[in-house]
Amino acid sequence: MATRASAPNAPVTISTRVDKVGLRPKVTRAIRALVVVILTVLILLPVVWMVMTSLKSPSDVVAVPPKIIFEPSIESFIFLVTERVQFPTRQEADEFRARDDLKWYEEKVAERGQKITRVGDFPKQLRNSFIIAGTSTIFSVLFGVLSAYAFSRFKIPGEGDLLFFILSTRMLPPVAVTIPIFLMYRELGLDNTYFGLILLYTTFNLSFSVWLLKGFIDEIPKEYEEAALVDGYTRLQAFRKVVLPQAVTGIAATTVFCFIFAWNEYAFAAMLTSDATRTAPPSIPSIQGVGRIEWETIAAASLVFLMPVVIVTFALRKHLLRGVTFGAIRKG
Amino acid sequence: MSSYSQPTRRRHLGDKRLIQMFIIPTVVLLILMNVFPLIYSLYLSFTEYSAINPTPPEWVGLDNYKKVLSDNLYWHNFAVTGRYALISVSLQMIVGFGLAMLLKEKFKGSGLLTTLILVPMMLSPAVVGAFWKNIFNPSFGIFDQFLGYSDPNTAPEWLGDPDLALWAVVIVDVWMWSPFVMLLSLAGLSAIPDYLYEAAAIDRASAWFQFRRITLPQVMPLLLIAVLFRTIEAFKQFDLVMGLTGGGPSLLQGTQAVNVTETVSVKLFRLAMPPQAQTGLSSAMAYVVLVIIIAISNLYIRALNKVREG
Repeated sequence: MATRASAPNAPVTISTRVDKVGLRPKVTRAIRALVVVILTVLILLPVVWMVMTSLKSPSDVVAVPPKIIFEPSIESFIFLVTERVQFPTRQEADEFRARDDLKWYEEKVAERGQKITRVGDFPKQLRNSFIIAGTSTIFSVLFGVLSAYAFSRFKIPGEGDLLFFILSTRMLPPVAVTIPIFLMYRELGLDNTYFGLILLYTTFNLSFSVWLLKGFIDEIPKEYEEAALVDGYTRLQAFRKVVLPQAVTGIAATTVFCFIFAWNEYAFAAMLTSDATRTAPPSIPSIQGVGRIEWETIAAASLVFLMPVVIVTFALRKHLLRGVTFGAIRKG
Repeated sequence: MSSYSQPTRRRHLGDKRLIQMFIIPTVVLLILMNVFPLIYSLYLSFTEYSAINPTPPEWVGLDNYKKVLSDNLYWHNFAVTGRYALISVSLQMIVGFGLAMLLKEKFKGSGLLTTLILVPMMLSPAVVGAFWKNIFNPSFGIFDQFLGYSDPNTAPEWLGDPDLALWAVVIVDVWMWSPFVMLLSLAGLSAIPDYLYEAAAIDRASAWFQFRRITLPQVMPLLLIAVLFRTIEAFKQFDLVMGLTGGGPSLLQGTQAVNVTETVSVKLFRLAMPPQAQTGLSSAMAYVVLVIIIAISNLYIRALNKVREG
């Protein structure tokens, strides 16, 4: 305090915050860290349980009490990619198992008295998810980056209203537009097509994409482009060669958020798709096992489906705040 | 002067074309896929019409709205949604803000832990719901085990018990979305200037006083935004319920059987889709929901502006 008094304008170099000079700060910090670790483990428990369930054998899955230690098995993943039937009698099953031309996975399934009839629907549904989410993401980011640039760099008549309009479409509950879109699509023959769902997801992500990218582009100094324009670039060239490379992190973050939304979307997919174009989210909750609920198959499907998102979350952690708060905070 | 104002001007015109080209796809798509459907369903909400029936829509005025607003059957869905939104958002605020308070000062590994906590939020609600069904199972699920019920016969049946099912949805929703509140709170906490705390320390203000007079008022705007976002999302709640309970279980209320976790969105979906396909009625219901969401948004935005001014 004495030094502070002698030099009132000197910068404060020691913290005087009560929460920083409390009783043994190191100990309290260690306790806090421990509490956070425990809470994190608790929060991740359901996901860990999902991984464990996907590695269990059919009998371990329904064991009472639930088994924490078990012999891992990859049966669930075979179940996931196959369509099977149960042999009507044990005798037939045994006869089938006795054959020596069975592949290893056929043998695994035969042990459960089942026979593989064909490849399951899940691989196709996953592929549909990739096609629809991927394509719609490309378009929403493409249109988004163009609009964001225009809003960021030019005075547009009615700009505020237009931006608010774009934002407000995101607040809209999807249920409010599902009915007319269902009717519209039926009329136009767009239901159960890739194009229909791609168009829908592109639009629903657009508002998000415009706002997020506008924030990123706002941060790129105008001077760079102006210098390029003075050097004889056209506006379009300056956009392509100066702005886009600078906005690359923003574009990457936006791409991933749009992808996650489209990847996870359920309501429209459930309403507008059936067999041929059905995506994974409406399919996983309705996985039907052979003769029972195959929890290990549901877990395996969930796990495979969630993997891309988890990986992406980690890749993106720096941009997460901005992405999920969507316009609520200007700078994350 | 004029010798170089000419090309500038031409470039400016070029810019104008460019802006149009850049903005038109976005605006056209939004009008086509959002505005037009909204107008169309507004019209349908005043008609008697079923999408699976060949008879064209017949104008009935406000009948659909009267039905939605007076029939107890629909009130039940609004009540469920309101109760669910209130409980779920409050718990998310407490848990999320608590986590943020714990994480606001960095320690070794806190970055990694923050990211790990965010994982549930990024997952698909429908898929998450489907899997939590397993977790809630009284015999082989881990939830009841975790709570200490080792006997499946006495363990609570979260998804089958009409008193507990809505709580089950709340638990999963809190699990998924508290991280979102945490993220917003962290942003708010990190923006509080240090000198406020330093000034308070010089005044020997207690930790509680600092929390109440500095921390809380400073993060309030962001907390309100979190409440707004989460309340709107709670009113849209659909995927999670479909994956977890499908709206059930049902309960006899008076003479009517009601589904205890059937939120307005779930009801709406059922009403709109075949076999029911009551297109006109469900459009009216959709508009009621829309008006509620707009009203909530406005209330919060006003509160937010007040907090920001004061």
